[in-house]
Amino acid sequence: MPEGQENIPHLLHELIPQATFFTRVVNRGILGHYVATASLATGVYETFNNFASVPPEHPTVFEYFRKDLKRPPFDAWVVAPSNGFNRIGGSHARSFGPEYAAGVILPKRFLRQALSSRGTAEYEHLLRDNYETPLFAPEVKGNEIPLSEFAEILKLSVTDFVAHALRLSSPDELSLYVARQLMRHYAPSLLWITLHDMDIAHSGSYSLYIDAIQRTDRLCSEIWRTIQSEPEYAGKTTLFILPDFGRDSDLDAGGNGFQHHRTGDALSRTTWLMAMGPGIRENTVVNRPVEPMDLVPTLGALFGFTPGMAQGNPLKELL
Amino acid sequence: MSPAQITEANFKDYPPEARHVATSHIRLLQQLPLGFVPLLLQQIQGYDWRFPAERREIDQQLSYLASLTEDRRRRLLAGFQGLKLSPDLERLDWVGSPGGFSERLSAYLWSTHQIDAFRQAASNYLEKFAATVSPERLPVPRLGIAVIGKDVEHNSYPLFRKFRPYGTYFTHVNPANGLRILLEAAATRAAAHPVPFGHWYIDGAAEEPTSNSPLIGISYGGLEPVRRALLRRIEKAIDSGISGPEALVTMLHKMRPDEIGLAQTPGSQVLSHFQAALLTDGSGTQIFSTTFVQWTTRELWRRAQPLTILARFTPRQRQRPMNELLSGKEQNPELDPIGSLIDADMGAFYMWIDQQRLSGAKEASFLVWFENHNQALVISPTLPRNTESNSPVEMKWLLAQAA
Repeated sequence: MPEGQENIPHLLHELIPQATFFTRVVNRGILGHYVATASLATGVYETFNNFASVPPEHPTVFEYFRKDLKRPPFDAWVVAPSNGFNRIGGSHARSFGPEYAAGVILPKRFLRQALSSRGTAEYEHLLRDNYETPLFAPEVKGNEIPLSEFAEILKLSVTDFVAHALRLSSPDELSLYVARQLMRHYAPSLLWITLHDMDIAHSGSYSLYIDAIQRTDRLCSEIWRTIQSEPEYAGKTTLFILPDFGRDSDLDAGGNGFQHHRTGDALSRTTWLMAMGPGIRENTVVNRPVEPMDLVPTLGALFGFTPGMAQGNPLKELL
Repeated sequence: MSPAQITEANFKDYPPEARHVATSHIRLLQQLPLGFVPLLLQQIQGYDWRFPAERREIDQQLSYLASLTEDRRRRLLAGFQGLKLSPDLERLDWVGSPGGFSERLSAYLWSTHQIDAFRQAASNYLEKFAATVSPERLPVPRLGIAVIGKDVEHNSYPLFRKFRPYGTYFTHVNPANGLRILLEAAATRAAAHPVPFGHWYIDGAAEEPTSNSPLIGISYGGLEPVRRALLRRIEKAIDSGISGPEALVTMLHKMRPDEIGLAQTPGSQVLSHFQAALLTDGSGTQIFSTTFVQWTTRELWRRAQPLTILARFTPRQRQRPMNELLSGKEQNPELDPIGSLIDADMGAFYMWIDQQRLSGAKEASFLVWFENHNQALVISPTLPRNTESNSPVEMKWLLAQAA
């Protein structure tokens, strides 16, 4: 078995056989998680400061979707890690913006808020921080939603939310739990989940990085199973799974192997994408190079909206 | 300011030796492109506390660049010259603060999609420069020794997988006094080949007691007061509302060793600056001993280019929320020996890769041993690759194959 594949049994044996799998997705943009994820969402290589609390410059997929298809606010959601991502739901682009944005939920931030009046010892594992900078990342402020409103959105009492969180093992588990709540109560047509546990790699601990990869592999499988088990989704939902980018090669002298994504070498830029669902060919491998910028035009073609400012091209193998 | 406008006065705040190097080459510096010269100045500015190997490399670069005709130099640096820099960058004090310029330049190149062009320019330059440097004559081939897995009694993780294609895997090593034997062997090499900053012992806990060892020791445990001082300063900066991660990194890069309790005497400057850089430049070195050891070996091979490194990876603390890890307030954190063994197995592999980047790589040897256990792997010109040996062997015999 090729090195590393033992860590992704669910992707390898459960999901890929049901998917069309693109083996070469080359990211030509900035390799920082927020800016790269925002670029995925806009279909344009965004160039803002990765650590700034700013919205994307170009319209997001959520805005195209809601505006073109006249969808209500609760039909598009983002569940994301705490730092930076709070502005990813909508851009400041002309004719778009907050009016058409997705709701953004940062589960860890709400857990922290919920726990502010009590000890956090039992929940430490769920409050891990952004790992991207050498030492720490101050929490990015802005777009705060009151705790009571958050509870109302999830149709959960704060007590129930906290009690459930205690049974989970990582921030990404918490994100998946929140995503399930959204699916059950709103059945959004467009749901974007960003998993972030594996960025623990920045701490330099290989074992923790591997743990996170294995967990992410399992969570991807759970997302697909959830889709199949929810009546609003089963049999009529397409799932896309893709990393935002890769990590530095062991052999690039400018980096330190898996720890970072700073060199811009081929491995840090090259990753993969899989899509599965009705109408998507199963067990199909596509080796031609594509770009992450192709995601939004592809979603546009599938949903029937026009992402006018997005770069890239629809992935014809999925249409 | 353009490079052509550089004057001696611009270097008035450089440390003495750095100032001398810069002013001695001012005409050359004036002719270099803005996309390149601050990066060279960044190296020069730290000249006073750089290792001998780094100083030699700076001198060689300056000699090489000065030896070229104007036309050849222009062609060599065309990739840097071709970068489109913003007026904002040009206005920065890139002579006085080349490190700050470098950070801004990097962000700018990423945001303008010029980072690949920069990588290509840098790679081309380094390749051409390296071709002009005569191979260094080493008094003895380099030796790397990694000791991993302290306090692990039972292990099911398959060790040394990444190494095995390159060396011989021994399954019946006599572990008795193994660490002591390895330390003595490293010390014997250091005594026999007394090269400045040539022989090091790195430990993830406290250093093992050694009497009059010529090895230079750095340990995670020994630097605990420094780490705590650093973390206090970070906390203070956070509490005072520092504007974000980038501002914090800039603050750390400007920090002097004496600000976090490292000696600044003339004889200790090089080591103090190196130790400070391990903690301020490294990511995770402040919180995980396994990361500290790996990063230290990387930086030693890259910067000091020593003949010997013995690195011992020890258990790191268990993972907790990052802010809590950084607070450093827990006196006796719970340890994670198995996770640390996995970290160390990868860390040792990186240590070997970094060793292989240096001159004399073909003659160099590497030994990795699972502490107090029977497993070791040796990569050496005298041992076959991708081979497993189940014969009983002594540590001294293994060392003889690697030495």
